[in-house]
Amino acid sequence: MPVITYRDALNQALREEMQRDDRVFLMGEEVAVYQGAYKVSKGLLQEFGEMRVVDTPITELGFAGVGVGAAMAGLRPVIEFMTWNFGVLALDQVLNAASKMLYMSGGQYPMPMVFRGPNGAALQLSAQHSQAFESWLAHMPGVKVVTPGTPYDAKGLLKSAIRDDNPVLFLEGEMLYNTKGEVPEAEYTIPIGKAELKREGEHCSIITNGKMALVAMQVADQLAKEDIRVDVVDLRTVRPMDVEAITTSVQKTNRAVVLEEGWELAGIGAQVVDYIQRECFDDLDAPVIRVHQADVPMPYAKNLEKLAKPDAAKTIAAVKKVMYLD
Amino acid sequence: MATKIFMEALSPTMEEGRLVKWLKNEGDAVKSGEPLAEVETDKAIMELVARGDGVLRKRLLGEGESSPVGTLVGVIATKDENIDSLLADGGGAKQPEPKPDNSQPKAESREPKAESPQPRAATPEPKAESPQPMAAEGSRAKSSPLARRMASEKGVDIGSLQGSGPGGRIIKRDIESAQTSGPKAASQKPRAEGDYQDLPLTQIRKTIAKRLSESIGPIPTFYLTAEFDLTRVVETREAMLELGDEYKVSINDILMKAVATALAQHPEVNAHWLGDRIRLFNRVHLGMAVATDDGLIVPVIFDADSKRLSEIAKESRALAKLARERKLKPEQYTGSTFSLSNLGMMQIDHFTAIINPPEVGILAVGAAADVPVVVDGELHTRKRLRVTMSCDHRAVDGAVGARFLQTLRRMIENPLMLVF
Repeated sequence: MPVITYRDALNQALREEMQRDDRVFLMGEEVAVYQGAYKVSKGLLQEFGEMRVVDTPITELGFAGVGVGAAMAGLRPVIEFMTWNFGVLALDQVLNAASKMLYMSGGQYPMPMVFRGPNGAALQLSAQHSQAFESWLAHMPGVKVVTPGTPYDAKGLLKSAIRDDNPVLFLEGEMLYNTKGEVPEAEYTIPIGKAELKREGEHCSIITNGKMALVAMQVADQLAKEDIRVDVVDLRTVRPMDVEAITTSVQKTNRAVVLEEGWELAGIGAQVVDYIQRECFDDLDAPVIRVHQADVPMPYAKNLEKLAKPDAAKTIAAVKKVMYLD
Repeated sequence: MATKIFMEALSPTMEEGRLVKWLKNEGDAVKSGEPLAEVETDKAIMELVARGDGVLRKRLLGEGESSPVGTLVGVIATKDENIDSLLADGGGAKQPEPKPDNSQPKAESREPKAESPQPRAATPEPKAESPQPMAAEGSRAKSSPLARRMASEKGVDIGSLQGSGPGGRIIKRDIESAQTSGPKAASQKPRAEGDYQDLPLTQIRKTIAKRLSESIGPIPTFYLTAEFDLTRVVETREAMLELGDEYKVSINDILMKAVATALAQHPEVNAHWLGDRIRLFNRVHLGMAVATDDGLIVPVIFDADSKRLSEIAKESRALAKLARERKLKPEQYTGSTFSLSNLGMMQIDHFTAIINPPEVGILAVGAAADVPVVVDGELHTRKRLRVTMSCDHRAVDGAVGARFLQTLRRMIENPLMLVF
């Protein structure tokens, strides 16, 4: 099976879906002539022309609104934010237009559109450009929020997102674009809302999503050397959330660590823990522990940034704690 | 950081403990979990363990002295930490304890009070820097939800366990180890679903219970006496002895094996009376009364019905020894489903034993004796044994007890049934 980058997996997904359906088009800052700030849209302008690969001014709220209008008119827009840190400027269109359109129009206007872009921290981009938005976005009904962590998941889920008749918020990662993984040549899609068990073990469940899935897999491999075997449940989609995958794992292992990129309060992990306490109360042998970003704006200083981010060492410590091994 | 050493409640009913022996001297380094002293509870001699690392700086209670649960008896601290303030307020000071609610039975009054000023055992750090006097604190036994579920499924008395989690929390591994040290050790045979079955009381059962209690004390007891022929038991025992010393078993061992096997066939007497229902056990945990210098104690052979004769012989000897040395752990003398009391070795021909509630029966065993019996019209001498079963009439009717004794008689008089 070919090994390609996360970036190329997204590029393939866009290309295949644009070939498959001529209502699909891509719009955003630098997506056309510059071939994408992160080169995700490389070659698409040449292949599909400027009617379907559209550069915009630096006006997130404006082009997100154009996207909503296009979707109402029957097209299937893919709106790229250079990063979700800029995407917050378009939140009014996402929250007040896209997420509610089907509902408030009495079912007249489906919103078959995707908002996508990198999410979360990279390296030393400082407080305003290092934010993980999945919990903000997943809070609202009317959207789906997808956070693939691997090239395989990125391609299969982006294709499903483009085919979905609801607005899908698709969260990538600057640090993920260069990561590599096996992606089949043959056509495939991955259903939105299904988690994947990325490692299997009986001692503890690590429930995670997005970029943190890679951290969780590292943790699993390191712990395996100490004969501690963990389940890694990669949610992949945080709205709707695959509750069954969470509970099945926790009922097996009796303990859980929830790992997420964002801040603690009202984070994705808080919701996961709520499902666990409701569905798995009698299965728990220890309180669930969450691993997340420190409750501060992301520091610029390298050493402080490292301390603020959730990482493998913190996750390993949490696993040992819920196993009463510390 | 210093760790106070408190007199802890080392048995479910302990209110005061006598410090038998310090195992560490002042100045000795100690680690969390290490035994510090031997403490005599109301039931046994138990170890008081360190709840923190450091040096045993001060022993406040002398050997042979007693103090109530919750009293400061020593201090662990780093080598040159100043502990004067601890000693100043700790000399006779009791560890703060939530006020018992007089309106409730003791066990239930142990609700942790959220506002209690003391350092709580529930500090997130499992490190033993904080005092964590969980047992002495008087709070209910903390346990994980999984541990509670496993305990109820496996019939483990969670109150009798010491938790190994932070703050003394009872967790999965504590239930598992209680299982392996106790009931689980026996070879498992297929059993009915669960460890027991609760029978709701029928109206007639309720009326019987009420009327009979009015008639005779809280447990309306009646007695069934039977005399068993021991000829074949004696033969069996002698035949085994011929095989060598390692095959030596006592008549009492064979009797216990027979009782356990018969109980498995008569769950209606292998039961607990719980006031609003009768709990029939699917497992047989046989209590064996042991006389000690301090009084009677009843250690338990768990899953006695599925243990081999040799296992019962070995275990009963070990338990009797522990009992006489007062070294039984609480989990070794709680949880029986039926009891046996044997005074045969003290030349008692026949007696009646008092039921150990909530059990519904106890078997009193007298001495085996040579007695004249008529067999086929001729006079013979036979070794016979008289047993009397005390039955709680609220749960067990005469015929029910009698059927159990019939089964027991068949087994005693045909001991080969026990190996079938």
